Amino acid sequence: MDTRHLIIGNSVAAVAAVEAIREVDETGGIVMVSREPRHVYSRPLISYWLAGKVDDRRMDWRPRSFYDELKVRAVLGKEAVRLDAAKHVVELADGGRIGYEKLLIATGGTPIVPRIKGHDAAGVFTFTEWADAERVRDFIRQRKVGRAVVVGAGMIGVKAAEALAGIGVKVTVVELAPRVLAAALDEPAARLAAGAMTEAGVELRCGAEVEAVVARERHAAAVRLKGGEELPCELVVVAVGVAPNAQLARTTAGAVEVDRGVLVDDLMRTTAPDVYAAGDVAQGREALSGTKRAIPIWPGAFRQGRIAGLGMAGAEPERYDGALVMNSVSVFGLPTVSVGVAAQPPGDAEVLVSENAGVPSYRKVVLKGGRIIGAMLVGDIDRAGIFTGLIRSGTDVSSVKELLLTEQFGVLSLPAEYRKHVVAGAGIEV
Amino acid sequence: MKRIYAREEFCLGCRLCEIHCLVRHSKSKKLIKAFRKERGEVVPGVMVESAGHVTFAMQCRHCDTAPCLEACITGAMHRDKKTGAVICDADKCVGCWMCVMVCPAGAVRRGKDGKEGKAASKCDLCAGDKTPVCVLNCPNEAIVYEER
Ligand SMILES: Cc1cc2nc3c(=O)[nH]c(=O)nc-3n(C[C@H](O)[C@H](O)[C@H](O)COP(=O)(O)OP(=O)(O)OC[C@H]3O[C@@H](n4cnc5c(N)ncnc54)[C@H](O)[C@@H]3O)c2cc1C
Repeated sequence: MDTRHLIIGNSVAAVAAVEAIREVDETGGIVMVSREPRHVYSRPLISYWLAGKVDDRRMDWRPRSFYDELKVRAVLGKEAVRLDAAKHVVELADGGRIGYEKLLIATGGTPIVPRIKGHDAAGVFTFTEWADAERVRDFIRQRKVGRAVVVGAGMIGVKAAEALAGIGVKVTVVELAPRVLAAALDEPAARLAAGAMTEAGVELRCGAEVEAVVARERHAAAVRLKGGEELPCELVVVAVGVAPNAQLARTTAGAVEVDRGVLVDDLMRTTAPDVYAAGDVAQGREALSGTKRAIPIWPGAFRQGRIAGLGMAGAEPERYDGALVMNSVSVFGLPTVSVGVAAQPPGDAEVLVSENAGVPSYRKVVLKGGRIIGAMLVGDIDRAGIFTGLIRSGTDVSSVKELLLTEQFGVLSLPAEYRKHVVAGAGIEV
Repeated sequence: MKRIYAREEFCLGCRLCEIHCLVRHSKSKKLIKAFRKERGEVVPGVMVESAGHVTFAMQCRHCDTAPCLEACITGAMHRDKKTGAVICDADKCVGCWMCVMVCPAGAVRRGKDGKEGKAASKCDLCAGDKTPVCVLNCPNEAIVYEER
């Protein structure tokens, strides 16, 4: 089998690309290379796995028959280290070389580790892949960990804290920003999320900066905050964000242009011929601002992977209007959804809010020029997607503005033309 | 593919579709029992919306390009190869509600199935039945099941 399509990565962007390729090219050779020696699994599930809510089998994001069914040669446990874009060859860490006609870089993100003192002590972990969760679990068992500090209250930090608390570890979360999930939630929404966390026994330190990990006998013993306070713990999870894992693209002497992530156009093409990039590694157009940003979210990685795959196989590409920032995070059981520009609306935007403290539930819609550009829902998130669809499609909602936050708001409330589109079931990109 | 379509000019807003959907997806499969005991436990895949005098029944569109399939982090949401229906495997679902966030029809809701008692709930076209129960039991043919 010749290697027509070479894909570096084995996660959502890579898989979406392979599935798209096979829709149009049934026989062209596909090789997938992955640093991790595992079948396709879901990274967002590692916190559920650590908490014992998802077993090994349910970590599989695609059935075990995936590679066979899609006629893929999977090269697992091998790292791609160099790309020669002129010669169309990728070199692996073990010296192996694989040529390609079309290449997809879908290497995802790498966790950011601030170079604070003590960050290399035993007991300090990042939390982005399955092996991380395994290391954390083993460490907890071996060292009988009772207390943990999670640095960062973004999505990954919150999910790590939830998992740790769920297996009986006393958790303190330290966050530099004045609130949890600061990128996604505004103050009132974050207050509800924080409430769910503290109710579950988690201690929160927002607006606090970590100065160092205090180590004893090279093992983490505490986290020291600016100001001197020490939070004793045996385990530290660093979750301050991910950066595009663009290392491979940087080996091309500029043939593949890299900013924060690998720069791509709307068809996921990089600046080098026949080289595509998709997912957390890529920096493509953001839907609302139009600027190129790296947005590390699952649905974006899927869509980008799919667009890249179609292009690689020479098919008519689907229209892509850029990545829309969104997330749905269940915070210790409290559902939260944030889409578009919702946490920090621009000054000239119109903001609608409804609150029900008892439930609790919070809804916010941000409008600009008659269109919704952001939505945030906490608690009762049912039908949140209607807002997402409206944001994505740029539908003018001036005529139904009064209905947006009412109880009966639904498909029937939508402007007629747009409603027809939704009901037809053509779908909408995410 | 065959889809369920609402004809809002015929809808009486009687909500029998919701009830039959509930019964069909209940444990007991018995009308009275399901209605009395399982309401709240089983979330119907069809919902009747009303605005003023207009009512209509809405359920999953089983979209050609389904956002819920792309957003699902577990692989629970999948397309049935035979019927083309988009279906959630409650055993795999962890209740992250990514699908709820992206469904433009608001047709995926938070249900209570699955291991943790929370899994996405939506229309499954009655799992391959010839005609979905909501269509079968609509007294005024306000919902139809057809190819368009
Ligand atoms: C705990 C956690 C929870 C999350 N929850 C959510 C959520 O609820 N919603 C959401 O939208 N997003 C969530 N995310 C983010 C989401 O997981 C990512 O956006 C998504 O996984 C990105 O997919 P990707 O295919 O771009 O890359 P990744 O999933 O990062 O995969 C990268 C792949 O490339 C391989 N690879 C990397 N470098 C090399 C190399 N040099 N050679 C060979 N192979 C290589 C890796 O082995 C892997 O297979 C979460 C992430 C984490 C860690």
